[in-house]
Amino acid sequence: MTPAVRIERVSKRYQLGVRPSVDGSFREMLVNVAKAPIRRMRRLSGRAKEGWFWALRDVSFEVPPGEVAAIIGANGAGKSTLLKVLSRITEPTEGRIELRGRVASLLEVGTGFHPELTGRENIFLNGAILGMRRAEIRQKFDEIVDFAEVSAFIDTPVKHYSSGMYLRLAFAVAAHLDGEVLLVDEVLAVGDTAFQKKCLGKMRDVSRGGRTVVFISHNMAVVSALCTRAIVLEAGRPVFDGPAGAGVRHYLEHSRADAALTWDLASASRTVDDLGLLVRLERVTALTARGDGFLFAEPLRFRVDVASAATLEHVECAVGLDDMFGSRVVTFMSDRQQMSMSAGGRYNIDVTVPPFGLRPGRYLLSVSLYSGGQYHDYLVHVGAFSVVPLHQDGERHVDDRTDRGPIAVTSEWRVSEVPARVLA
Amino acid sequence: MRYPISVIEPRSGWIPIGWRELWEYRELLGFLVWRDIKVRYKQTVLGASWAVLQPLATMVVFSVLFGRWAKMPSDGLPYPLFAFAALLPWTFFANAVSASANSLVGNAHLVSKVYFPRLLLALSSIGTGVVDLLVALAVMMGMLMYYGIGVTWQLALLPGLLLLTVLAAAGVGSALAALCALYRDVRYVVPFLLQLGMFASPVIYPLSLIPAGWRWLFYLNPLVGVIDGFRSSLLGLPFAWTPILWSCVVSLAGVWLGLSYFRRVERRVADLI
Repeated sequence: MTPAVRIERVSKRYQLGVRPSVDGSFREMLVNVAKAPIRRMRRLSGRAKEGWFWALRDVSFEVPPGEVAAIIGANGAGKSTLLKVLSRITEPTEGRIELRGRVASLLEVGTGFHPELTGRENIFLNGAILGMRRAEIRQKFDEIVDFAEVSAFIDTPVKHYSSGMYLRLAFAVAAHLDGEVLLVDEVLAVGDTAFQKKCLGKMRDVSRGGRTVVFISHNMAVVSALCTRAIVLEAGRPVFDGPAGAGVRHYLEHSRADAALTWDLASASRTVDDLGLLVRLERVTALTARGDGFLFAEPLRFRVDVASAATLEHVECAVGLDDMFGSRVVTFMSDRQQMSMSAGGRYNIDVTVPPFGLRPGRYLLSVSLYSGGQYHDYLVHVGAFSVVPLHQDGERHVDDRTDRGPIAVTSEWRVSEVPARVLA
Repeated sequence: MRYPISVIEPRSGWIPIGWRELWEYRELLGFLVWRDIKVRYKQTVLGASWAVLQPLATMVVFSVLFGRWAKMPSDGLPYPLFAFAALLPWTFFANAVSASANSLVGNAHLVSKVYFPRLLLALSSIGTGVVDLLVALAVMMGMLMYYGIGVTWQLALLPGLLLLTVLAAAGVGSALAALCALYRDVRYVVPFLLQLGMFASPVIYPLSLIPAGWRWLFYLNPLVGVIDGFRSSLLGLPFAWTPILWSCVVSLAGVWLGLSYFRRVERRVADLI
C-alpha cells in the first residue's frame, strides 16, 4: 500500500545564534546587521562550520494509512523540528517528504485566537487559519460549540473567558479538523484533568477513524495508550522504530542514562511558548551523595543556576518531578516573597526537600522561573535522576516494586482483637 | 480512494509567486482582513472617525502652512481640496505599507505554528486600509459639494486608481515585510522612508512645480501617477496620462519584484522570527 507519509533522508540544519535576541538593543541590531555580510562571507568560504547545528539528520520512515505513529525523544532530539518540517512551517535542508491527502497540522491549540473577538468569530478565524473552508466551519459550528460547552458565551469576546473555556473552545475547533493526515503536537498537555480526558477520548476516536496520525509527546502513558508505533529520536536521528510499547521502553532505558547529575541548560531548546526569558535557567544540578542518585529517605537537594537580565521582585522558582510516564509526582515551589534579582546578576538557588518517602525509581526533572504573571523560563524534562533502593546507612534495601505509587508514607497500624462477648 | 500527493522538498533561489495557491487560500485572506478591521474598531472611542481624522487634520495643517503661509501653488484649486484629494491615496498607501511591513514580525505566532501562504499576511494588511479610505472618500464627497465641484465623469476611473494604489502598496509592502523579518532594524526605518516618500510625491505641491526635464525621474515613483490621477478624478480635471501609465508599469514591476523577494525570504522566515 502506498504510505500516507513518506519521509526520505530528511535533514534540517539551523545556524546557531541566527535568531536575533528578543530584547536586543537597537545598537546590537545595527552591529548584527553590519556583521551579516561578514558572516555570510565566512559561511560561503566554509570557515564557520561550527556555527551549524543539525536538528534532524537523515530521518527516513514511512507511515501507512490509518497508522498512529508517535515520535518520542528528549528535549532537543528533533521532534518539534520534524513536525514543523512535515507541516511545511519550515523547509528541510535536505531530503524529500510525500504526504498523501489533506494534511491537518496541530502544533498548538488556539493559534490565531484574538482576545477581542467573540467565541463565534474566533471559531471562524481559527478554523480558516487551520485550513478549513467557510462552508465547512458553518456546517460544523454547532458541533464545535457543543463540544466546547461554551454556547452561553459564544457571542462574548474570548478575553472574558476563563482559561478553561478558552482552551476548550480552542481544542474544539482543532478537533473538528478534517484531513487524511493529522500532525499533532502535545496539545493535550493543557487544561484540567477532566478536559484532558475528553481530548484524549477525541484523539482515540480520531485514531480509530482510519486517519493517519503523527503524534509527538512527552507523555509516555498517552503514547502507549493511543499509538501503535513509536519512533524514538535522539540528537536528530531515529534510533528506534517499532511497536509503541517497545519504543517507550527503549526511550526510558536509553535516552535518560545521564551519567553526571548536572544539566547545562543555557542552550537547551525552550519548547514552552511565550517565555519572558528575563531570567534564564543556566544549569540544574542534583546534589546527591552518591553520583548516580539519591538514597531513599535522603533529603533531595537541587541547585538551580540562573542569570537575570532585569531587576525583578518576587521571583518564584519551581522544580517538578515527573515519573517516567510523564505524570507529575510533586512540585516544589519557592516562596514568592523571598527572591529578588537584579539586572546582570547570577544566582544559585538551592532547594532542599526533607525526605517525603519518594519511592525508588527514575524521575524526570522540570524547572521553571516565574514572576509577575509571566513564566520567564520553563524547561520540561531537563534530565532524570534515580532514587536508589538503599537506606542512608547503605545497608538495608527498600521495597522497590513499581506498582505501589510514587510515595511511601509511614503509617501506623494496629490490630486489636474484638472481644467475643461484644458480638454476642 | 485517490488523494493528491503533496511533496515537501528544499528549494533554493527564486521561487514562483504561486498565484494558484494564493487563490485557493482566498477565504483566509478575507478572514484576515475581516479580523484586522474588526479588531481595529473594537473598544475604540471614535470608531471609524479615526479614518477621517488623520487625513483631515493633516489637510488642515497643510492648508494653513503650505496653502496660506508658504503660498504653495495648487494649480488654481482651493488648497484644502487640492491637499485632501492627494492625502486620500497617500494616507492609504502609507498605512498599507507600514502595516504590511510589520505583518510578518507582528504575526510571528502564526508563522511559527501553522502553514499558509505567508503572502496572505502582507496582502491582508493592505485590505484593512480600504475601509478607512472609503470613509475618508465620503468626507471628500462632502467637500466636493461644499466647493461646488460635485460629481464628474472622471470619478468613474477612481476604482482603477485605487487598484493601482493597492498594487503599489503590495509591491513595496511585501518587500519591506521580508526585510523586516530578516533585519529587525528595518522596521524603524519604515516610518522615515514613508516620510521621505511623501515629499517625493506631489502631495503638498502640484506636479507642474517639477521642472519638465526632471519629470521622467519623478514618474519612477508609482505614487506620482496615482496621486495626480486621484486629483484629476476627484476634482474633475483632465487626466495626465503619462504619469498614470508610468505608474501602471512601475507598480506591476514592483508587485512582481516585491512578491518574488518575499517568496525568496519566506521559506526561511519561520526560522528567523
